[in-house]
Amino acid sequence: MTHPLSRDIAQHLAARARWHPLEVAFWLAALGSLFLLPNQHLILTEIAILALFALSLDLILGYAGIISLGHAAFFGFGAYAAGLFAKHDLIAEPALAMLAAGALATGLGFATSFLVLRGSDLTRLMVTLGVALVLREAANKLDWLTGGADGLQGVVMAPLLGRFDFDIAGHVAYAYSLTVLAALFLLARRIVASPFGLSLRSIKDNPLRASAIGIPVNRRLIAVYTVAAGYAGIAGALLTQTTQFASLSVFDFERSADVLLVLIIGGVGYLYGGLIGAVLFKLGQDWLAHVTPQYWHFWIGLFLVVFVLVGRDRLTQWQSAARAFLLRAVRLQALRVRGEAGRS
Amino acid sequence: MPVVLETIDLEKNFDGTLATNHVSLAIEQGARCALIGPNGAGKTTLINLLTGVLQPTSGRILLDGRDITALRPHERVRLGLVRTFQINQLFAELTPVETIGLAVSERSGAGGDWWRLVGRKPSIVDEMAEILDRFHLTDVMHERTATLPYGKQRLLEIALAIACRPRVLLLDEPAAGVPEAERHDLLRIIAELPQDVTVLLIEHDMDIVFSFAKRISVLVNGALLAEGTPEEMSRDPRVRAAYLGEDADA
Repeated sequence: MTHPLSRDIAQHLAARARWHPLEVAFWLAALGSLFLLPNQHLILTEIAILALFALSLDLILGYAGIISLGHAAFFGFGAYAAGLFAKHDLIAEPALAMLAAGALATGLGFATSFLVLRGSDLTRLMVTLGVALVLREAANKLDWLTGGADGLQGVVMAPLLGRFDFDIAGHVAYAYSLTVLAALFLLARRIVASPFGLSLRSIKDNPLRASAIGIPVNRRLIAVYTVAAGYAGIAGALLTQTTQFASLSVFDFERSADVLLVLIIGGVGYLYGGLIGAVLFKLGQDWLAHVTPQYWHFWIGLFLVVFVLVGRDRLTQWQSAARAFLLRAVRLQALRVRGEAGRS
Repeated sequence: MPVVLETIDLEKNFDGTLATNHVSLAIEQGARCALIGPNGAGKTTLINLLTGVLQPTSGRILLDGRDITALRPHERVRLGLVRTFQINQLFAELTPVETIGLAVSERSGAGGDWWRLVGRKPSIVDEMAEILDRFHLTDVMHERTATLPYGKQRLLEIALAIACRPRVLLLDEPAAGVPEAERHDLLRIIAELPQDVTVLLIEHDMDIVFSFAKRISVLVNGALLAEGTPEEMSRDPRVRAAYLGEDADA
C-alpha cells in the first residue's frame, strides 16, 4: 500500500467484515439451544429450516432486489428430490443426499433465472408464482413418482454420516439442521461481503449505473438466483429428511408467502433478518396456536397490517434504539465491574 | 491521430420522430471535443446510442475500428467507453468508498470474485484512495451517498466514471448544478485527465465549452449542423442562428 489513505480504507473495510459481538451472541445462543433446550428440538428444527429458507430469499430480495412469490418451487424441488433419493435408496447417506438435492435445485434455479431477468416487480411476482404452481401441479400429476396428493410415503432415513440415527425427539435432526444452517450462513456472509456481493447491492440500487460501470447485470442476477435456489432446495431437503415425508404442501403458495413474511418481520438485507424472523414467526405461531387454536391466522394477519402501517423505517429506528440501549447497558455494567474491581 | 470513436450514418427513430438523424461523427484519440445544441436537439439520445442504453434504428458505431453497435452497455465499458450522467446516477445506499471500490474491482477483473472480501487487494485499495483523494471525497468517504451534499455527489458521479479508466469519456453536462466554488475544481480535474483519454463533453454552458474544447460539433434537431474549432463555430452564421442566437450578437 503506497497511498496514505489506503491503510484507513483497508482498515475500515476490514472492520465492517469483522464479527459484531451481537452476532457472536446470536450463534452462542443457537449453540446453547442445542444443549440447554433438549425438549424443544422438534420446533427448533422447524425454525432452523425456515431460517435457511428465509436466508435464501434474503439473498435475492435483500441483496439483489428480486422479489419472489414462488420461492417454494426450489424448496419443494429439494424436498421431493431428497425424499426420492432416500425412498429408492439412490443416495442413502442423508448429508450427501441433501447436497445432491441442493445441486438439483441449483440447476432448476439456473434454468428459471432467465425468466426473472426482465420486467418489473409485478412481472417477477407473477413469473415466480407461476413456476411454483407449475411444479406443484407436475408433482400432483406424476403420482407414480411422487405419490401425488397422498404425498411421498415410505421415506426411511439411513443414519446420518452412517452413524447417527434420526431419533424421535429430534436431537440429531436439530444438530444436523443447525450445522447446515450455520455453514450456509457463513458462506452467505462471505458472499455478500465480496466484490460480487457489493455488485449485487449496486444492481438493486441502480441497475442503469451498474451496467454503465461495466457490471454484467444479468449475469450477476442469474448467479445469485441460482445460488439462492440451491439454498432453498437444501432447506426443503432438510424438511423431508427430518420428517421422513414430503407432501404437495412443500410447493404451496402459502409457503412462499410465509417465507416472505418471515423476512419482512426480521428485516431484509442483513442476513440475520431471515433467522430472527423465523424464530419470531414460529414461536408466535406456536404461542398463538396455544392461545387461540383456530384463529392464529387472524392474529398474524392483524400483526401484518399493523406492521406495514407502522412502517419499516420506524421499526428500524426502534431496532437501532434498542441496540444502542443494549450496548450502553453493557458498557455501564463493564464500568461498574471495573469500578468494583478497583475498590476491592 | 487515429480515429477512436466513429458513428456511421447513425439514426434513431422514436415513433416517426428522428431523434438522431443520420449522424456521422469521427473523434480522434486524445481529442477534447464538445457536443452542443439547443434543448431537445438529441444530445442525450446520441449519448445513449453511443453507450448502448438505446439501440439505433440504423447505422453503426465503431470503437477503434471495431463495430460495437450490437454490444451491451457493460461490454462497451470494458472496452473503455464510459459515460457520466446529466442527472446523477449513483448508488444511494453505498458509501463513496464502496462505490469507487466497486468500479475499480470490476475494471480490474475482480468484480465476480465472491470469496475474497472487498478491499483485500492492496493495488485496488491504493487506486481507490488515489481517486477519492483526487476528487476531494475523503472527508465523506464512509458516509451513505444519499446523505452527501449535491456538490459531493456530483464529484462522485464523475469520479465513478474515472474509476473505470475510460479511453473515451462522455461527459453529459458534468458541471450542471455544481456550485461555483466546486465547479472550478471539477473542471480542473477534467482538464487534467491524461492526454490519451478522449473526452466528449455535452454542455450548455458556453464558457465551459470554449475554455475546454478544441473542437465543437453542433447538433440541431437530431442532425449534425456544423463542426469545427470554437472560433469557426462562433463565427458560423448557421450556428449563430440555430443555437447561439442573440447571445452571439451581443
